[in-house]
Amino acid sequence: MIKNLLQLDKIPLKKFVSVQEINGGYGLIQKLQVMGIRKGQHIQLTSKQPFRGPITIKVNGREITLGRGMAKKILVEVID
Amino acid sequence: MGNPNVGKSVVFSRLTGANVIASNYPGTTVDFSKGRLKLEKEIVEIIDAPGTYSLEPQNKAEEVATKMLDEADIVINVLDATNLERNLYLTLELLEKHVPMVIVLNLWDETKHVGITIDYEQLQHLIKIPVIPTVALTGEGIKQLVSSLDHAAVNEEIKPTSHEGRWIEIGTLIKKVEKVEHKHHTFRDRLADITINPFTGIPFSILIIFVSFWLVRQIGETLITYLFNPIFEIYYRPVITSLSEFIGDNIWYTIFIGTYGEEIIFEESLGMLTTGLYVPIAMVLPYIIAFYFMLSILEDSGYMPRLATLVDNIFHKLGMHGHAIISVFLGFGCNVPGALSTRALETRKQRFISATLLSIAVPCMAQTAMVFGVLGRFGVLYLALVFLILVSLYMFLGIIMNHYVKGSSPEIFLEVPPYRRPSIKALVKKTWMRIRWFLREAIPFLFLGVFLINILYHIGIMQAISSLFSPFMNTLFGLPGEATTALVIGFLRKDLAVGTLIPLQLSAFQLVIAVTMLTIYFPCVATFSVLLRELGIKDLIKSTMIMIATALSIGVLLRVILLGLP
Repeated sequence: MIKNLLQLDKIPLKKFVSVQEINGGYGLIQKLQVMGIRKGQHIQLTSKQPFRGPITIKVNGREITLGRGMAKKILVEVID
Repeated sequence: MGNPNVGKSVVFSRLTGANVIASNYPGTTVDFSKGRLKLEKEIVEIIDAPGTYSLEPQNKAEEVATKMLDEADIVINVLDATNLERNLYLTLELLEKHVPMVIVLNLWDETKHVGITIDYEQLQHLIKIPVIPTVALTGEGIKQLVSSLDHAAVNEEIKPTSHEGRWIEIGTLIKKVEKVEHKHHTFRDRLADITINPFTGIPFSILIIFVSFWLVRQIGETLITYLFNPIFEIYYRPVITSLSEFIGDNIWYTIFIGTYGEEIIFEESLGMLTTGLYVPIAMVLPYIIAFYFMLSILEDSGYMPRLATLVDNIFHKLGMHGHAIISVFLGFGCNVPGALSTRALETRKQRFISATLLSIAVPCMAQTAMVFGVLGRFGVLYLALVFLILVSLYMFLGIIMNHYVKGSSPEIFLEVPPYRRPSIKALVKKTWMRIRWFLREAIPFLFLGVFLINILYHIGIMQAISSLFSPFMNTLFGLPGEATTALVIGFLRKDLAVGTLIPLQLSAFQLVIAVTMLTIYFPCVATFSVLLRELGIKDLIKSTMIMIATALSIGVLLRVILLGLP
């Protein structure tokens, strides 16, 4: 099966996605995973600030704001 | 110890009776506090550590937390019961250290609202560590927590493992102890959506800030007109009048009351018992009460992280990220906690910029209250002008510093807690703590300030300084030489410094120049000592040079624009 990977900031609002890959070093992976953002985790995009501002996602019912650069390193797959 | 914003400080207050500030946003506590708890046989010391997501710290506040761990005999690990899975990560890391531990599942009452059921006895059985559910805000479960401290345990079976290993362990635990029901959207969810989505959230934030400031002004003014001023005029004036007859014409009269033979004006007489008390209590305190009450509502509701998200883009251009808005808000109350809160930022560059901009462009409420009192009588437009200048400076200097200050500015990464209804009791208590802190800090310094002014005038030093700087002040800033007094006193207290401008009969534009320069040129001594600790001497010197250079250039610029060339 070929996966259709998207950057986290490119998915439609409110859709559930699952984290597939994090393109980053140890520091970033560690920083994200202690907040629950790790491979296989289901997340939802709740808001996008304009002009490449930060995005807000929902992980385990909890909202987290993260910068656009970080979001682009998180690759996800949309769940039907 | 525990993750940020799980209620550690509330648990701490409950255990020790000590008062610490708690709010609904991650990073409220940036330093540790110590308190005592009396057990049956002994008295133990409890330490409230800043929150951290793991034992690999991401900022200065988290570093403080991980360092505390080495000192601890027992760890009380506080968890947010509504977010068990993520909170357990730190718990596992702590368990691997084999320090005797007790687990607290705080916010227990919230689990019902969000549809989570946790079998805490099963959890206790599985990890072999006491698990106590609590609602720290009401005190539920605190007694059980105290008696469980004797049973704090180590689980030798837990061995250090990888990140992945920990998540697998957590996965197995969660499956056995937690059940989640799906709940329908509530009002809180909808409010959360509205306030974070840019199209609705940005207008909402402008409205919130505008309404908050308007309310602070209204409440402050009302308190002054109908409560504090009448108290001083009706009850205090007779006391001072008879006291002044008793003292008679000597140096003590000058120090305690003012100039002998002149009518006593509380605002201007410059005696320790007249102006020294009237400024902090009748002119500043009402605004402090109003401001901190409004700030506490914003803090406890959980709005601050949403505001941080909305303004992140702007702050990123100034070399920081959205979290810096919290330092600005705290700084509007008092620059000291504002400067401390910069610890929640990740890099030296971010901390340097936010601390410097705070000292330059964010006047504390004590100073703002006096500016309202002194400049407000000329009309609200002059007040708006001062704030417009300060906001523009914040932006302008931020952009410049972002360009020239070395180092990186990582992006925002911030947990946004759910909205909570602020408890009136907690609001009142928090406001009261901050008021008490203000009175304890302000009154001694104000007394000292008034005392110094009088002594310096008495021996003629102030007059010498004034006439020495008179041509300089006049040409560059369009201010009389006596305004130098304000700049000297501003090191001690900025509110008193603004107060010393009252007898000078300045025009509105002159006042605009004077109060703007007073805000920018240098922080008060209390803030200065915090900055020294937070930035180190080298960065503080750099920061101070930026402040002085900015104050001088803005002073000259405003003089030319508002008053014309000399």
